[in-house]
Amino acid sequence: MITHEIVLPIVLPAVIAAVIALTMRRDIALARTASLASAVALLLLGIALVSLASDGSVRTYALGGWPAPFGIVLVLDRLSALMLLLTAVLAVAVLLYAVNGWDTRGRHFHALLQFQLMGLNGAFLTGDFFNLFVFFEVLLIASYGLMAHGGGARRVAAGVRYVVVNLAASALFLFAVGLLYAVTGTLNMADLAVKVPEVAAADQALLRSGALLLLLVFAVKGALVPLHFWLPDAYVNAPAPVAALFAVLTKVGAYAIIRLFTLAFGEGAGDAAWLAAPWLMPAAMLTLLLGMFGVLAARRLAAMVSFAVLGSMGTLLIAVALFTPPALSAGLYYLLHSTLAAGALFLVADLVAERRAGHGDALVAAPVFAQSGLLGALFVLGAIAMAGLPPMSGFIGKLLILDAARDAFNRNWIWSLMLSTSLLAIIGFARGGSSLFWKSASFPGRLDARQPMRAALTITAAALLLAANAALVVFAGPVTRYLDATAAQLFAPSDYIDAVLGAEGGNE
Amino acid sequence: MEFLVATAIGMLTATGVYLLLRARSFPVVLGLALLSYAVNVFLFAAGRLAVDLPPVIRAGRDYTDPLPQALVLTAIVISFGMTAVVVVMAARAYVESGSDRVDDEAGGTGDGGGR
Repeated sequence: MITHEIVLPIVLPAVIAAVIALTMRRDIALARTASLASAVALLLLGIALVSLASDGSVRTYALGGWPAPFGIVLVLDRLSALMLLLTAVLAVAVLLYAVNGWDTRGRHFHALLQFQLMGLNGAFLTGDFFNLFVFFEVLLIASYGLMAHGGGARRVAAGVRYVVVNLAASALFLFAVGLLYAVTGTLNMADLAVKVPEVAAADQALLRSGALLLLLVFAVKGALVPLHFWLPDAYVNAPAPVAALFAVLTKVGAYAIIRLFTLAFGEGAGDAAWLAAPWLMPAAMLTLLLGMFGVLAARRLAAMVSFAVLGSMGTLLIAVALFTPPALSAGLYYLLHSTLAAGALFLVADLVAERRAGHGDALVAAPVFAQSGLLGALFVLGAIAMAGLPPMSGFIGKLLILDAARDAFNRNWIWSLMLSTSLLAIIGFARGGSSLFWKSASFPGRLDARQPMRAALTITAAALLLAANAALVVFAGPVTRYLDATAAQLFAPSDYIDAVLGAEGGNE
Repeated sequence: MEFLVATAIGMLTATGVYLLLRARSFPVVLGLALLSYAVNVFLFAAGRLAVDLPPVIRAGRDYTDPLPQALVLTAIVISFGMTAVVVVMAARAYVESGSDRVDDEAGGTGDGGGR
C-alpha cells in the first residue's frame, strides 16, 4: 500500500507557498485563507502521522523509488511524527496571531512562512545528512526573510548578524558532511549506523572530528553556550509571531543531536559510541545557567523570553546528554512544553508592547494599559510554565528530568543547578511581571485605554498555545507513555536501520 | 596534488575566517564566499582525488566517485543563493543604519529601546 502521507508535510507547504507567492501577492485575504488552511491541514496530518507512528513501526518513503542507501529516503518514526505535530500546532497559533496585521507590514509573509514549515518538516523527516543540510538551508533562507519582515534598521542589522552566523555554520556543516562521507562512503543515517562501527582505527580521528563538527553545527542551531550569542539578538529583534515560530527552530538543533547521536553514534558505534556526551553535558549546564541569569538581567519582556528559551535549551540538552531512555523521554516532554510556552510568551510580550505606546515591553512601571488584567493572566500562566512551577507542564518536565538523573554520576550537579536556576527564573519572571502589571496598576494616569480593534484573534492565539501547554499536563499519562516508547525506539535503532535499508521499493 | 589541494583548502579557509572576523559587511561577504569555495573543494576531495576519470559508472572502465560531484553542485547552488541573500540584507542594513558594521557596535544591544 502506498503511504504518500509521509511526503505530504513537505509537499503541501511547498505547493501552497509557491501558489501564494505567484498568484496571491496582492490579495492578502486570499493568502491568509490559503496559509491558514495549509497550517490546519498540516495539524490534521500531524495528528494522523502520530497515530500512524504510535504502533511502533518505522515507515519509509523512497523518493523516486530509489532504494535507500542510494536514493533519498524519508523516514517516519515516533520522534519525527511528534516533531511534525508540534511544528503544526505552533504554526496554527502563529498564523492566527499574524493575520491580525503583522503579515501586512512586509511582503511575502505567508509564502515565507510556508517555506519555513516545509524546511522544518523536511528536516524532521529526512533520512540522510545531505538532505538535512538542504532542508536546513530551506528553513534558514525562509527565516532570513521572516526575520527582516517589517524592516527597520535595528531589525535588518540583527538579521544580517543572524544570516552571517548561520552561513558560517552551514560551511561547517558541509565540512562535517564531507569528512563523514570520506571516512564511511555514505551519508544515509541508517547506512552510517551500519558503517560507523566498521571504520578502521586509522580513520577514527577523522570520524570523530566529523561527528563533533556536526555537534558544533547543531549546537549553533540549538544556541548552546558558547555558540548562543546570536539568539537573544535575533529573537528580540524578530517580529513577534516569527520569534514564536523560531521557538521550534532551536529545537531542530536538539532534534538533530538526538537523531545523530542515538542512531549513528549510539550504543553500537564501537569506539565512537556516545561521542557527544562528555562535550554536551557541560555545554548544556552552562547554557542553562547563562540563560537564567539572562532572564534575571533582561530589561525587556522579549529579551527575558529569549533568555528563557536559551535556558530551556540547556535543560533539554542536559536531559539529552545523559543518554538514557528515561532521560531522553523526559527531555522530549520538556521539549514539547518549552516550545509551546516560549511561543505563548513571545506573543504575550508583543501584545503588551502593542498596548504600551511609548514604553513597549520594557520592564518599567508605566500607566495602565488596555486589557492589562487579561494579559497579566496570560503572562502569569506562561511564566509559571516557563519557570517550572505547578500546575503547568514545566513542572512535570523538570520533575521527570530530575528523576531520570537520579542514577547519573553527576547527579548532585544536575539537581542543584536545575533547582537553583528554576529559582532564578521565578525571581526574574516575578520581577518582570510585577513591574509590568502590578506597579503599573498604581501608576498615575492611563495610557489610551481603548480596547484595541480585532484583538480577539491575537489573544486567542496566545491562549491556544497555553491551552496546548495545559493539555500536556492533563494528558501527561498518554503523552509520557508515547514518549517512553519514542525513547525506547531511539535507543534500539535496529528497527530504524532495517526499515530503511531493507526497504527496497518499500513504498510500492 | 594532495598537498596542493590541501594547501588551497587551508588558505581559502584561513582567509575566509579572517575576513569574517573583520565584521564589516563587504569583507564578511567576501569571507563567506571564500569559505564556501573552500567547502566545495573539500567536498570534491572527499570522494578521493582522481585525474581524467569520468564520474560515470560503466562496466570495465575506471571512474571517479560521482556523489561528491553531485553534492558540490548542490552546495554551489545553495551558497550562491545565500550569498545573494546576505548581499541584499547587508546593503539594506547599510542604507537603513548608515553603518556597514556587522557586529553590535552601531546597532546597539538588542536589549534596550522599543521596537
